[in-house]
Amino acid sequence: MTNKLLRSAGVLTALALALTACGGAKVGDAQKPAASGKACGTVNLTVSPWVGYEANAAVVAYVATKDLGCKVVKKNLKEEIAWQGFSTGEIDVNLENWGHEDLKKKYITDQKVAVEAGLTGNKGVIGWYLPPWLAAAHPELTDWKTLNKNAAMFKTSESGGKGQLLDGDPSFVTNDEALVKNLKLDYKVVYAGSETALIQAFRDAEKNKKPVIGYFYEPQWFFNELKLVKVNLPPYKAGCDAVPEKVACDYPAYALDKIVSKKFADSGSPAYDLVKNFSWTNDDQNQVAKYIAEDKLSPDAAAQKWVEANRSKVDAWLGK
Amino acid sequence: MASITGSVEIRVRKPRRTVIAGVLVVGWVAAWFVLSGVDTLTIGGQETTALHRWLTEHRDFLGRGNAFFDAIRIAVDHLVVLLQNVLSQPAYGRPVPVVGWLGVVAIAAYLAWAFGNWKVAVLAAAGLTFVGLQGLWQESMDTLSLTIAAVALSLLVGIPLGIWAGLSNRAFKVATLILDLMQTLPTFVYLAPLTLFFAIGPAAATIATLIYAAPPVVRLTAHAIRSVPAESVEAARSLGSTGGQTLFKVLLPMSRSTVVVGINQTIMAALSMVTVAALIDAPGLGQTVLKALQTLDVGVAFNAGLAIVVIAIVLDRVTTAAGDRPWRTASVRRRVLLAAGGLAVLVAVWFSRTYVWAAEFPTDVGVGSRIAVTATDVTTWGQDVFGGFTYGVRDAVTEGLLNPLEALLTESPWWLVTVVIVALAAVLGSWRSAVPAAVCLGLLVATGVWHDGMVTLASTLLATVVVVAVGIVLGVWTGRNQRADSWLRPVLDAGQTMPPFVYLVPFLALFGTSRFTAIAAAVVFAVPVTTKIVADGIRAVPVATVEAANSVGSSSWQVISKVQLPVARRAITLAVNQGLIYVLSMVVVGGLVGAGALGYDVAAGFAQSELYGKGLAAGLAIVLLGVMLDRITQAAARRTRKFS
Repeated sequence: MTNKLLRSAGVLTALALALTACGGAKVGDAQKPAASGKACGTVNLTVSPWVGYEANAAVVAYVATKDLGCKVVKKNLKEEIAWQGFSTGEIDVNLENWGHEDLKKKYITDQKVAVEAGLTGNKGVIGWYLPPWLAAAHPELTDWKTLNKNAAMFKTSESGGKGQLLDGDPSFVTNDEALVKNLKLDYKVVYAGSETALIQAFRDAEKNKKPVIGYFYEPQWFFNELKLVKVNLPPYKAGCDAVPEKVACDYPAYALDKIVSKKFADSGSPAYDLVKNFSWTNDDQNQVAKYIAEDKLSPDAAAQKWVEANRSKVDAWLGK
Repeated sequence: MASITGSVEIRVRKPRRTVIAGVLVVGWVAAWFVLSGVDTLTIGGQETTALHRWLTEHRDFLGRGNAFFDAIRIAVDHLVVLLQNVLSQPAYGRPVPVVGWLGVVAIAAYLAWAFGNWKVAVLAAAGLTFVGLQGLWQESMDTLSLTIAAVALSLLVGIPLGIWAGLSNRAFKVATLILDLMQTLPTFVYLAPLTLFFAIGPAAATIATLIYAAPPVVRLTAHAIRSVPAESVEAARSLGSTGGQTLFKVLLPMSRSTVVVGINQTIMAALSMVTVAALIDAPGLGQTVLKALQTLDVGVAFNAGLAIVVIAIVLDRVTTAAGDRPWRTASVRRRVLLAAGGLAVLVAVWFSRTYVWAAEFPTDVGVGSRIAVTATDVTTWGQDVFGGFTYGVRDAVTEGLLNPLEALLTESPWWLVTVVIVALAAVLGSWRSAVPAAVCLGLLVATGVWHDGMVTLASTLLATVVVVAVGIVLGVWTGRNQRADSWLRPVLDAGQTMPPFVYLVPFLALFGTSRFTAIAAAVVFAVPVTTKIVADGIRAVPVATVEAANSVGSSSWQVISKVQLPVARRAITLAVNQGLIYVLSMVVVGGLVGAGALGYDVAAGFAQSELYGKGLAAGLAIVLLGVMLDRITQAAARRTRKFS
């Protein structure tokens, strides 16, 4: 019986195919126009796992492909591994670097396989943040000196009787353990372990009016959803973070920069000039990040939308 | 009869051991009150030991530029790229892959039918079509390419190794040790170093998957060869068969079905690596899941996770059917049918190469977005309804169980914990388990992450207790009830292959960032394997034994507790053991949702170059915990068995 069933199914399929299929467009009918990409060649672009970076990558890749005819290969990698790629020739461009002095020393100064390619124009801010409702209800909390008085408010099942200071992904730059110790705060740093966990904690805190204080940073697409409020730590002065164990001041403002492989910088590719000239504001980046994260556009479509609205900025990158 | 006398003897003997163990624990608690906070070996998040720094410095020592690794890399790269060209990526100047979706579905269904039966052929076709309807055809084919490559290489390496381990006792012992290491070492630990050896790209991703996925097929092949009755081998020998003939004519055919179970488990393991390997740019569904997580898009992550589950279920059922099918020479009728089917497949492939509708999966059906929206709605609903309640549960469990246990382990001096655990191992097991326990604890001190190790141990113990409790209840239920089994099995499959990253977001919403969240995730991941093994053991209890118990008027509770569970004890030991290993393999994922400790250390070592050595040490600490607990539970199980 099974064979009979199978055979009739086969016959039916064949019939259906014969009836419906023999029309329709053939593969290769619409020849895609061959881009004259000879001059540019292939650009290997690392994409770090946060949406802001993806916004940078989307726009640069879009312009490089459309205006310069490059072939852009995006590789989704954690930062550390992307830096390795400079030395092996698998990565040409990193479009958003946060500090990482140790890696700069290793790959730029010591191994000489990578070079700096200027600032992205984005200002990186790191610090401790509160959900908006809490900052509105307790404006005094934005000064770090009041944190000890209110430590009990931030107690959780994880903080061992102290207040909880929520930290994020292990790859984030953080001095928080030293800060808590040196500012004599009655808090325990609890590692959420991922940006996802951090955002979920803030989202939940705002929705259910729970008190949370945690590490966060700008530029970040999440600010479009929730305008977190920064806590003022003792102001940053040059050199106050020189000894990691003794830090007792706020994080410096990061000027995010671009790193490219030495080989790519010397190649004379027009894409290198584009990467070097690429520069925009936090608002620009957040805008594209919003298209991707909230409006669910593909990175390419998001980039197209922004580029069409900001042609003059793009022309400046291209030296037009 | 044996079981009755056994239970009497246990009643005589058991109190003595439990009393000693109880005295030990009470003494420990008393000592903890006095010594709390002394010699706890605490180390800060950014602090490292000399060993960690040494490991970090010597990280690039082996590095690349080695002709051996390069040759492997190039060969593996070519294999994956070839598969991608055929299945998923535009290739050879064509805007579409060599075989379009219709061709892939036809080939898959044909193979399922030829090696299995027509039912799984229909399932394969339906499953793949569903994945296409989800709007994830290309991603799924990328994942499939990588899985096929990794599984093929696993078999190429694993089956010969398994045969060797099956034939030689010494090879078996060495292999067991290495396989334990491969399965418990967190994938995050070797993911970054692999890119040093094999560069960024398909090769590193495939090899990472291979390391994680090969052990089951090696183990089960060895097990199968060793289980072939000695008489069969003797008979072959006495008829003058050479070693090779015995292997190919007797040993391999007789162990075929178990080897297929091994292949099946290898495929499952490979699929569960999909999202992790995406961290080093492995193409496919893993990328979709990770990208969705960056914006906490539960719906899209679930859609992609569901595609992985569907592929897993299809591959599982097809290989299971292939394993069940007895060897037989095909009849003429079947040969004709096979040939006709082959012709139909060729026609379908031709269509898929010629017409766009058969090459690219039509995109105008939006099942995927509907699934995503529904998943999001259900998640939000669940959060709104259960939100407050789940926080209460979390706090009760954390305050009542986890914190006291963790305090006892972390605040006691390290030497006290070592003495107590070694003593417990000796009492519950034997000196045979006390020695490895002492060695493991000593090495754990040497890794420099003792304190984090104890935090992780506390969560692991709690999670394993829950897993075993739930696993035994579900296992007994499904083992006794065929209908329950067929309902629960897809759910269990989903629990095993749904990437944990997918349910982390809802869990975070329900339980916040906490150790409890990590425990909940580990329970979801580990309960299926425990349940399956227990159910298998219950089903293996001879029908006659159960009926004998029924005939003397035992209630079902008595049948379960006095007959089925004791007889299935061996399976239950294995279930506890596997549950434990699965819980440990989730420690790193737990580190990403607030469990901290070893999981966080490993993830940090992967992300920060200066913490590389510490991450490696933490990974080894997880392995040490696994080996220690494994040896103690096994010895304890042996001990109980002796008296029955």
